[in-house]
Amino acid sequence: MADKKAGKARYSRAGIPKCPSGIRGLDEITGGGLPRGRPTLVAGSAGCGKTLFAMEFLVRGALEQGEPGVFVAFEENALDLAQNVASLGFDLADLAARKKLLVDYVSIERNEIQETGEYDLEGLFIRLGHAIDSIGAKRVVLDTIESLFAGLSNEAILRSELRRLFRWLKEKGVTAVITAERGVNTITRHGLEEYVADCVIMLDHRVTEQISTRRARVVKYRGTRHETNEFPFLIGDHGIFLVPVTSMGLDYEVSTTRISTGIPRLDTMLGGKGYYRGSSVLVTGTPGTGKTSVASTFADAACRRGERCLYIAFEEGREQIFRNMRSIGIDLGGWAAKGLLRVHAGRSTVVGLETHILTMHRLSDEFKPKVVVIDPISNLTEVGNQVDVKAMLSRLIDHFKSNGVTTFFSSLVSGGAPEESSGVGISSLMDTWLQLEDIEKSGEHNRGLFILKSRGMAHSNQIREFLLTDRGIDLLDVPVSSGEVLMGSTRVAMERRGMEEDRQGRVEIDRKKRMFELKRREKVARVDSIETGFLAEAEDFKEYLRTETNRQEAARKTRSALGRARKADPVRAGGNAKKPASSRGRR
Amino acid sequence: MSLGTGKTRKGTAARKKAAGRTQTETEFELRLYVAGQTSRSLAAFANLKKICEEHLAGRYRIEVIDLIKNPQLAQGDQILAIPTLVRKLPEPIKKIIGDLSDTLRVLVGLDIRPAS
Repeated sequence: MADKKAGKARYSRAGIPKCPSGIRGLDEITGGGLPRGRPTLVAGSAGCGKTLFAMEFLVRGALEQGEPGVFVAFEENALDLAQNVASLGFDLADLAARKKLLVDYVSIERNEIQETGEYDLEGLFIRLGHAIDSIGAKRVVLDTIESLFAGLSNEAILRSELRRLFRWLKEKGVTAVITAERGVNTITRHGLEEYVADCVIMLDHRVTEQISTRRARVVKYRGTRHETNEFPFLIGDHGIFLVPVTSMGLDYEVSTTRISTGIPRLDTMLGGKGYYRGSSVLVTGTPGTGKTSVASTFADAACRRGERCLYIAFEEGREQIFRNMRSIGIDLGGWAAKGLLRVHAGRSTVVGLETHILTMHRLSDEFKPKVVVIDPISNLTEVGNQVDVKAMLSRLIDHFKSNGVTTFFSSLVSGGAPEESSGVGISSLMDTWLQLEDIEKSGEHNRGLFILKSRGMAHSNQIREFLLTDRGIDLLDVPVSSGEVLMGSTRVAMERRGMEEDRQGRVEIDRKKRMFELKRREKVARVDSIETGFLAEAEDFKEYLRTETNRQEAARKTRSALGRARKADPVRAGGNAKKPASSRGRR
Repeated sequence: MSLGTGKTRKGTAARKKAAGRTQTETEFELRLYVAGQTSRSLAAFANLKKICEEHLAGRYRIEVIDLIKNPQLAQGDQILAIPTLVRKLPEPIKKIIGDLSDTLRVLVGLDIRPAS
């Protein structure tokens, strides 16, 4: 009843009510699960995982949704079935004991059976009805009902009975999964799609270059919008895993938060703050340019911030990466021990491309990292062509971006123009692209780093010399001398020369300073001596004045004494005795 | 006529005939699975009874199982079709589905008459 209510509540918006399958990824591409209370047809060739699909649907329903299920097995008996799915961690015996699951093995041996006259399949209905009622099942699987066609020869009866069966299942209100073999030109060999028309899911198992990939596709789903693409899926340790593609597209939220690259100078080059959180970063480089070191430094920086980091390595083993990175002062092993870092290492050629992508999805779903490093993605082209790799990577990047996970990819390139040789042609998917270059000059190879692009931030356009030291990565300014970039020993020589020039310059300044000081002192000394001379002159002059004044005074006294003696007119003060008094009278 | 509920039936006439035979003393243990008293079930039972009386007089037992009353019994004999006649004995187990209207096929199916 609760189910019906829930279904009705969603009726107006989501169309038909859905029944979560519990299969990871499937509920996303079907918009919530299989049609509740209706049969779903799962078609596929032998070995593509139909039975597992169906069983997982029941087990997840029983464990996660509290919906008991009935598995009607036409091909395998209950014991075989239990053994086969035990590897996925499904304990059928336990579920059966708790009345969560009931397996009914229906066997039809044609050589045991003689058909005489009219019959119907009421026996099957009764069995199924009894099984459903005995545990209150909400889910039913019929695997593979087409076996009936092999066991019974009267196809007319069979078809009408199947039609009745599917109608009956709907009336029962159970969500059913009916598996069927794939036909040559039809979805199923016996045309079951005629009867089960609400939802059809096709499973496929293809082998390309010796590597097999399973894929699933929702062929039809009445009354609901669904994804129509083929989605690869894995049968892993925990059941089926489809690539979850909920947010396929570019409508994810973006972050303005910036995170450090782990290399302070590189942060500076990237507008002073580093990468955007949730962006995709690509570092390309020819062999031996230090891609793994840049990747590890970034992983290390993430762990230092206390964020979980997933490191997927295709070239080196876990311990080898730890050892090698220790040589540049990065202790990834320590982070792994603390549970902040998970390294998944494996050769890319072991499994198919889709399987790799799925593995990454699964790992990231389980580990929930904030940073994912894939080193290097170029190896994926060994197991898929460029178009495939690009398509899969764009899905992967979209998936991570929509979850705010920062992705860091390294890619091996073979030299030449980076645009053409970025390996998988994924540059358009990348927000930040660092290029590491091996620069050969003056008989030595040096590493250079520059930012090819970095969306949404001001970034440096300069090449930096990239050094691996025992304390990590160091970026150095690259001096340019007469239009040429100097690196390595030429840079050192250049720097030496520069230092020498600097030193000489400093010596010259000192000398000039001293000279100037001497000049100043000399000036002072000369000023002193002039001053002294002047004072002496002044003294002389005063003396002269004084003497002269005295002399004149003495002379005047003498003249006046003579005048008195001669009864002369008194000499007026001022000495102007020559002018007669009469001349004044004229006025 | 109604269907019994799992009773053993032996025709009296059959018993007399059987006494004269020596070649096959094999007892036939037959089970007829039905689902309610439908016309098809009734026809099947009538057809079976007739065939047994004619060919297995005195050495057969018929058990009629109504799955509507005992649905749990369907699993044991792997019953899908209704009606189904199961020859429990003699072994191996044989199944005949349908209303048993084709006497010849029933006889072949029960190994009473060779298939030729």
